[in-house]
Amino acid sequence: MLRISCPWCGERDEAEFRYRGASLARPAADAGIDAFNDYVYVRENPRDWHTEWWLHVSGCRQLLRVERHTLTHEIRSVTVTRQP
Amino acid sequence: MIGPRRVGAGLLVDSRRPVRFRFDGREVEGLAGDTVASALLANGIRLVGRSFKYHRPRGVVTAGPEEPCALVDVIGAASEPNRPATTLDIRAGLDVRSQNRWPSLRFDLQSSTRLISRFLPAGFYYKTFMRPGWAWERLFEPAIRRAAGLGRLRAEAGDPPAPAETVHDHADVLIVGAGVAGIAAALRLGSAGARVMLVEQDVTPGAGALLDPRWQSWRDAACSALARLTRVRFLARTCVVGAYGHGVFAALETLSHDERRRFGGLAQRLRVIRAQRVLFATGASERLIACPGNDTPGVMLAGAALAYLRRYGVVAGSRPALFVNSDEAYAPAFELAAAGIGAVAIVDVRAESLAADRARAAGLPVHAGAVIERIEGGRGVRRIHIAKRGGSARDTVDADCVLLSGGHSPAASLPLQLGAEPEWHAPLAAFVPRLEASIGRVAGAARGTSGLASAARDGAATAAGIAADLGIELPASAAMPELPADAEATPLEAFWEVRGRGKSFVDLQNDVTADDVRLAQREGYEHAEHMKRYTTHGMATDQGRIGGLVGSAVLAAARGVDVAEVGMTRPRPYVQPVPFAALAGVEVGAHFKPKRRLPLDEWHAAAGATFVNAGLWLRPLVYSPHSGWEPVLEEARRVRRAVGLTDVSSLGKIDVQGRDAARFLDFIYANRFSTLAVGRAGYGIMLREDGMLLDDGTTSRLGPEHFLVTTTSANSVAVLEHLEFQLQANCADFDVRLTDVTDQWAQFAIAGPHSRPVLAAGVRGIDLSNGAFPFMAAGTGSIAGRTARIFRISFSGELAYELAVPAVYARDAWEALLTAGRPFGMAPYGLDALNTLRIEKGHVTAAELNGNTGAFDLGYVRLLKAEGDFVGRTLSMRPALRCEDRLQLVGVRPVDRTRRLRNGAHFVTAAARGASLGYITSSTPSTELEGWVGLGLLARGRERIGTRLVATSPIHGDDVEIEIVGPHFLDPENQRVRA
Repeated sequence: MLRISCPWCGERDEAEFRYRGASLARPAADAGIDAFNDYVYVRENPRDWHTEWWLHVSGCRQLLRVERHTLTHEIRSVTVTRQP
Repeated sequence: MIGPRRVGAGLLVDSRRPVRFRFDGREVEGLAGDTVASALLANGIRLVGRSFKYHRPRGVVTAGPEEPCALVDVIGAASEPNRPATTLDIRAGLDVRSQNRWPSLRFDLQSSTRLISRFLPAGFYYKTFMRPGWAWERLFEPAIRRAAGLGRLRAEAGDPPAPAETVHDHADVLIVGAGVAGIAAALRLGSAGARVMLVEQDVTPGAGALLDPRWQSWRDAACSALARLTRVRFLARTCVVGAYGHGVFAALETLSHDERRRFGGLAQRLRVIRAQRVLFATGASERLIACPGNDTPGVMLAGAALAYLRRYGVVAGSRPALFVNSDEAYAPAFELAAAGIGAVAIVDVRAESLAADRARAAGLPVHAGAVIERIEGGRGVRRIHIAKRGGSARDTVDADCVLLSGGHSPAASLPLQLGAEPEWHAPLAAFVPRLEASIGRVAGAARGTSGLASAARDGAATAAGIAADLGIELPASAAMPELPADAEATPLEAFWEVRGRGKSFVDLQNDVTADDVRLAQREGYEHAEHMKRYTTHGMATDQGRIGGLVGSAVLAAARGVDVAEVGMTRPRPYVQPVPFAALAGVEVGAHFKPKRRLPLDEWHAAAGATFVNAGLWLRPLVYSPHSGWEPVLEEARRVRRAVGLTDVSSLGKIDVQGRDAARFLDFIYANRFSTLAVGRAGYGIMLREDGMLLDDGTTSRLGPEHFLVTTTSANSVAVLEHLEFQLQANCADFDVRLTDVTDQWAQFAIAGPHSRPVLAAGVRGIDLSNGAFPFMAAGTGSIAGRTARIFRISFSGELAYELAVPAVYARDAWEALLTAGRPFGMAPYGLDALNTLRIEKGHVTAAELNGNTGAFDLGYVRLLKAEGDFVGRTLSMRPALRCEDRLQLVGVRPVDRTRRLRNGAHFVTAAARGASLGYITSSTPSTELEGWVGLGLLARGRERIGTRLVATSPIHGDDVEIEIVGPHFLDPENQRVRA
């Protein structure tokens, strides 16, 4: 089980968070169907560092951008997109 | 002495306290401290079960949780299936039953499968029963199910599973295994002040130290030193069953009979342990040797025989033979000799060894450079056949038990779960886990040391590394008692199988033989993981701990490669079986899920409501104790003809504020809210980014920068999550704050032609006239002296309002409304009537917003704004989502108005009854039309309006001819809501 360091709540169990997938930039409004198709459906599945979203649903509801290694589950950074 | 095979005092049993229990209905006497297995062995009972596939007679093979054969069902109160007899303590009145035998253990009819076993080869599931299809369901599967299977679960009324609880533990260091390595590490870390949890699956610490008399004083001294360290917690009977990374572990603690009594019947604790550092000192498991007849009752692992003698004073037989490949495995022969029982033969695969010399000096007959080529016996070992390796000399010796040892494999499941690499270690002929120190450390026999003293030294040395990680200073003086020296030993010789006639088992629990492994290889299942699945090798509850590597070695030989190349299958949680009751803990029955109660819960109950679970909410279904449609229709008709009141407090309510609130809602919703005037409400739909509908509801503008979003009750959590995600991921620079106010506001709908005068009588400070407060208006008034939000919105299709007050004032507002409504015959209505009303109006809920429907399917394309981006905009325009072949929302009515509709009934044509065109999502008897009306999702539905189809519900044996109509059954021009 991952233990994720929420900047506001401290180190918490994975069970408090909802995984929201790879942290990708949303395409521009006029980027077209192919770009949105890739954004919604196409994933790299790397055996490497992976930047992903975790939403602290059972805590402060902060969305965290987490860098996790998919092989070792090591987490090397946790950042937020906006300050409260 | 209790029992003819008890030859001395055991460390764990109390010879003054006899205990009687029942095995297969027969009374057996053991001693306090005995396990079922040790008590049976003490009484000379060798046959304890039948095997899974062939129903072969089986005996006790091990002395611990790795036991593959001696599984029993505990019957009576707090029954449990599949308990290893080797870890189940006896108590007075315990009643256990052997498995896989019918009608009795000694005489088993199905053991005739031995005669047809050539029809049950590896992979037989995949081949024998391929054709014909019906035969599997009706013939083979029932027969196999009767023959196979382990214990039986009994879940009869009044027989609940033994209760369990969940405990959360925290430690600086978790040490798994209290053998000498674990104890040494705990002493070192504990005396430095670290908070240590030392966890042992056995009933007492010591492991290998319990088996060697020279280590008794060390163990006693170390245990009393540990007991003095207040920051060291020791837990016995606790098996760490899963390692989940980031320092999180699950452990199953099985309470002793005494503790059970003390804790009111509590049987297990599931411990969730969070530790900064972990040390795996899990020791090693002894391996069997595959040879013909190696499953005969009386065949036991050598270490197990030593354990029964040292722990319980019990011997497996009076004429033991050994079949070994290492010096360590001679230990039981020496201990048995000391107890007056001389081995009849020690068969060592090695030509020479120090242990063989010592045995000969002690007068024990050693057959060096030899193997046992066959073990003879039916319900118990009678004779062994010895053959010289590479020669023709044969010998036959009468024996009543065979002690096998093919060496030891590190017990590495937990480090492997954490991603350790298994590395071949030739001196042991075993895989040793290599784990990054940052993830965890492994010490002692678990990482391949030999001998107790080197394990203890390794434990202490590894503890020093952990202390350094934690920044803990270790005391200069060693806290450890002096270690007895390890004996010098000749290296073992890797040895796996004696090939010959008869079955040689590599997996005793799943009845997998060496020949099965070779068959799998011939049929192309060459990878260890494929062979495992094809043969079921290692897939039983013992997880192949004693024969797993032997199976890999047989596969390697068949492939002509080294066993190091074949490897082992990857272990996953759990290390040993965990009862579901232990996972559930106290979250059973009423505590399975939380209940959400409406603010007026007590009022509804007092008014005679029948409640229904809607998500977590308990909502009034109908205000009547009677089932059936009559009370529902009475409530719904009152709304259509006069006025009704219902509690919609469970609606999700999200307060959205900020300078960019309107801009944010334009991004979230498919329709536009930035143009909504203050004091107005609007219906909105939101899509997922893939273009499908997520939810719908009304949103009101309470101020220029203040909106109130309502969601369906079912989706309130998902919608809030969606909004937070979109705001923080894609609108990070927006000035918007989201607050869930679902629980803060009670909300009631007043619906029906008389709703305006009722509301006008109940509230102050608001002009409700049609001109001043038109359809979709939102405003503020007061009721019972409290400020209320008032919305003119309608879910029923009638003239209707919703009124919201802070939840603490719910009762005042509700009763004020009831008083105001009394002259108009107003009464409350429940969820069923609400549903009837919305179906007639063609409003959708979760049944239609099912995650597979898009705006086009439900006829909402006109709501999609033409300009500006929003979540789901681009993909909702995919041609596939605009295809007329998709399921579209329609209304349905039975042609014969006396027939009922059924939710889930499929639309078919009379000509093609097998091809579903869609299904009914919601249905109800109508308040105004004759008979039933329903909503459904139908392929090319809008085109089919005006045609007839059949709604078929095969599980009800029900076919109804229906006509397809538009989804709005009444007031399609929406006149009533504007009245």
